Amino acid sequence: MPSVAARLALYQRTGGVITPILTALVAFMVGGLVVLATTGKNPLGTYKAIFDGTGLNWLFPWVGGAERTSAAFELQQTLILTVPLMLTALAVAFAFRCGLFNIGGQGQYAVGSIVGVQAGVWLSGLSRPVHIVLAVLAAALAGAVWAGIAGILKATVGAHEVITTIMLNYIALWVGSYLVGFGGPLQDPRDVSVPVTREVAQSAKLPVFWGDPVLQGLHIGFFVALGALVVYFVVLNRTTLGYEVRAVGFNAEAARYSGIKVGRSFFLAMAISGGFAGLAGAMDVLGWEFKLDLTEIQSSQIAFIGIAVALLGRNTAIGIFFSALLFGALLNGTSTRSLDPTVFKPELAGNLTHIIQGLIVLFVGADLLIVYLWQARRKLGIAGRAGGPRRKAEAGA
Amino acid sequence: MDDVPVLELHEITKRFASVVANDAIDFDLRRGEVHALLGENGAGKSTLMNVLYGLYHPDEGEIHINGKKVAFGSPKDAIEAGIGMVHQHFMLIPVMTAAENIVLGTEPTHGRILLDSDAARKRVRDLASRFNFAVDPDARVANIGVGQQQRVEILKALYRNAEILILDEPTAVLTPQEAQELFEILNSLKGEGMSIIFISHKLNEVLDIADRITVLRRGKKVGTLPREGASEAGLARLMVGREVLLRVEKSASAPGEPLLAVEDLVVRDNRGLEAVRGLSLEVRAGEIVGLAGVDGNGQSELVEAITGLRKVEGGRIVVGGRDLTGASTQEILDNRLGHIPEDRQRRGLVLEFTLAENLALHDYDRPPNSRFGWLRPGRMAQHARRLLAEYDVRGGGPRTRASALSGGNQQKVVVAREVSREPRVLLAAQPTRGLDVGAIEYVHRRLVEQRDEGTAVLLVSLELEEILSLSDRILAVYEGRIVGEYGSDVSEEELGIAMTGGHGPAEAAA
Repeated sequence: MPSVAARLALYQRTGGVITPILTALVAFMVGGLVVLATTGKNPLGTYKAIFDGTGLNWLFPWVGGAERTSAAFELQQTLILTVPLMLTALAVAFAFRCGLFNIGGQGQYAVGSIVGVQAGVWLSGLSRPVHIVLAVLAAALAGAVWAGIAGILKATVGAHEVITTIMLNYIALWVGSYLVGFGGPLQDPRDVSVPVTREVAQSAKLPVFWGDPVLQGLHIGFFVALGALVVYFVVLNRTTLGYEVRAVGFNAEAARYSGIKVGRSFFLAMAISGGFAGLAGAMDVLGWEFKLDLTEIQSSQIAFIGIAVALLGRNTAIGIFFSALLFGALLNGTSTRSLDPTVFKPELAGNLTHIIQGLIVLFVGADLLIVYLWQARRKLGIAGRAGGPRRKAEAGA
Repeated sequence: MDDVPVLELHEITKRFASVVANDAIDFDLRRGEVHALLGENGAGKSTLMNVLYGLYHPDEGEIHINGKKVAFGSPKDAIEAGIGMVHQHFMLIPVMTAAENIVLGTEPTHGRILLDSDAARKRVRDLASRFNFAVDPDARVANIGVGQQQRVEILKALYRNAEILILDEPTAVLTPQEAQELFEILNSLKGEGMSIIFISHKLNEVLDIADRITVLRRGKKVGTLPREGASEAGLARLMVGREVLLRVEKSASAPGEPLLAVEDLVVRDNRGLEAVRGLSLEVRAGEIVGLAGVDGNGQSELVEAITGLRKVEGGRIVVGGRDLTGASTQEILDNRLGHIPEDRQRRGLVLEFTLAENLALHDYDRPPNSRFGWLRPGRMAQHARRLLAEYDVRGGGPRTRASALSGGNQQKVVVAREVSREPRVLLAAQPTRGLDVGAIEYVHRRLVEQRDEGTAVLLVSLELEEILSLSDRILAVYEGRIVGEYGSDVSEEELGIAMTGGHGPAEAAA
């Protein structure tokens, strides 16, 4: 029977599913305690209401009638949120596998949104598939260029990507605010009192495959995101490019010694990451927002949540799918629209999401800490029993 | 010598999960002796010492100090019982001075709050003069050499009134001269009645310094013998369990055309100072040229320049007739140059990668490993399986992570990768550092094999013995220049003098 430490280490290495699930469960438990403390109500009732708000009860066959109709609608909304979460999480994960921490997803997402919405507005007159493909590619390319700047800076002058991507976030935020804001060149000229772009042409809107297009049904961006997960896995594990990226991510020095161009890998990894984030922006503006307003640019947090999604999903394609679903459900389930105000005050609901989100990030960090503590404890020999897998390091003379 | 040993270990057994790291080991230490603990990597030396130092609890067995049974819960108990340990990796704080490091934890104070640095300095100076140490108490640890740092570590133990000193592979980081100085210190400590446990896997050292030698093999004690009558060959047989070739068997070399030529090379180090200053050398097909030098005389920079990892400021590098000065690493390696880097874990391998992926580290982007940018994991594994068998890598298959292998097998993977590419020029930088006798023998045999197949081998090593036993020609390097060329029959003394800036025959003749 291996020790707890050995098992934890194993989960870490194999990207096991137990710890992320435990992490999420503990976060929900602590969140429940907060509900109990602040409202005095049974947290299970609150969670039930949130669950119903996510639309996931649609999956239960016994839910029928009007309840089923509204569940379907909520599930569509949950999945619409899941799309940019998956894509922005990939933007973090891909860079991470190259040893880079891309904090700039939000800026790359914003750039993608702006270019996507403008491509949707300007290129009208094209046939629908061509218009959509062009607009989506333009947005992804814009995100790639934006992140690529950080990649080039890292490769050439060694500027740390955490610093440069954060700075690029601000540049995207304020340039975007200028473009879309009052009197900005992209503001809809028909009403100067509202800081919002024009609406994209019908031909640029993503087709809805589930639900009512007028009532914001689920658009085909969902499949784009699923496809992106597959692309992520395949590129990383089945191409020479992915091999380079992983080699650099694990040990840049050894990669350099074997002739891999490390700077090139940094640049490509960042650009591909930015492409995912730009794609996320395109899916949102072409899938359900159709126009971009100032508050959306300034207050969106979607790519930051994407960081948490990637962390919880352990940077694996399958993990990101499930954790994006969890966060999407959480966001939608606690939105003021979905939650019954008699069960839980809507003003508190959004904060509950943030609490749970914060706890998950904390615990993801903490389970690394737990592994570290177990190892430290064994190093100090406080306990007699010790696990197997690390034996070599200890027994080596 | 007292009748009662200062230290006795009785049938110490320590298990890790299913592996027995120490199997009923007996060990005793007499007052005023140096007792060497000899064994291959993984033989259980460090485990045994960690048990003695209170880092591990033995599953069975007893520890007696001065005849009294003791049980250590932590290193603190061991220190109080008079045991001091100098680890292979020093536990010093670089920004603090030698004196501050030595008194740390039991420092003299003003009113229990402020460090009394005058008292600290004085105590350290007293201690150093008592044991004949040359240590500057005010020097910052970051600014002193490795040999000095080791003395600070030893003083740290002495300051805590250690009577038993454990030295874990103390010469691994030292130059031959520094090692000699260490041995002088150990002899004077011995004279003061200190008892020393000296852990090593280097046979010549053990025969130099130890009074008695205990050999461990695979967690078991093979025997304890006095130095008198012990021989390197005998010890090697005990350690490995079979006959070991200590001297590399090789025929006379038959050098052909020059395959590697370095002309007036100038390279800067990381601080921007010239590390290689107009160095020229030539390695011909079918010979091993050894580059002998004390660490930090431009060897690493030279190797990095040849492999395109470091910018060439001046001069030329010609590989197989092609001028590759300033070419990229990839281009140079593709020009049939093999490189066994000096640090296999940091530079030679991606530890998180599987063995198959590691074996493909240069050639991942061409058949059989990939085609049109797509990896072919099946072929990669097939290729790897063949190499692992051919190069006798044990402890894993193509899908095993490199980190799971022992040091010797990790190095075999690196050697397999570099040699299987059939290089015309092979650079081997410290190819046997940290390896045990069996693995060293293996690597040496492979290098000689390469030579016999017509490869030009440049061997860079800090181990004079390795240079002397492998090389057909020896170049001494000092401050970025070649200061002498010798045949393989040169004496260690002569080489040592040239390496440290003395006059070699080249200059003497001029």
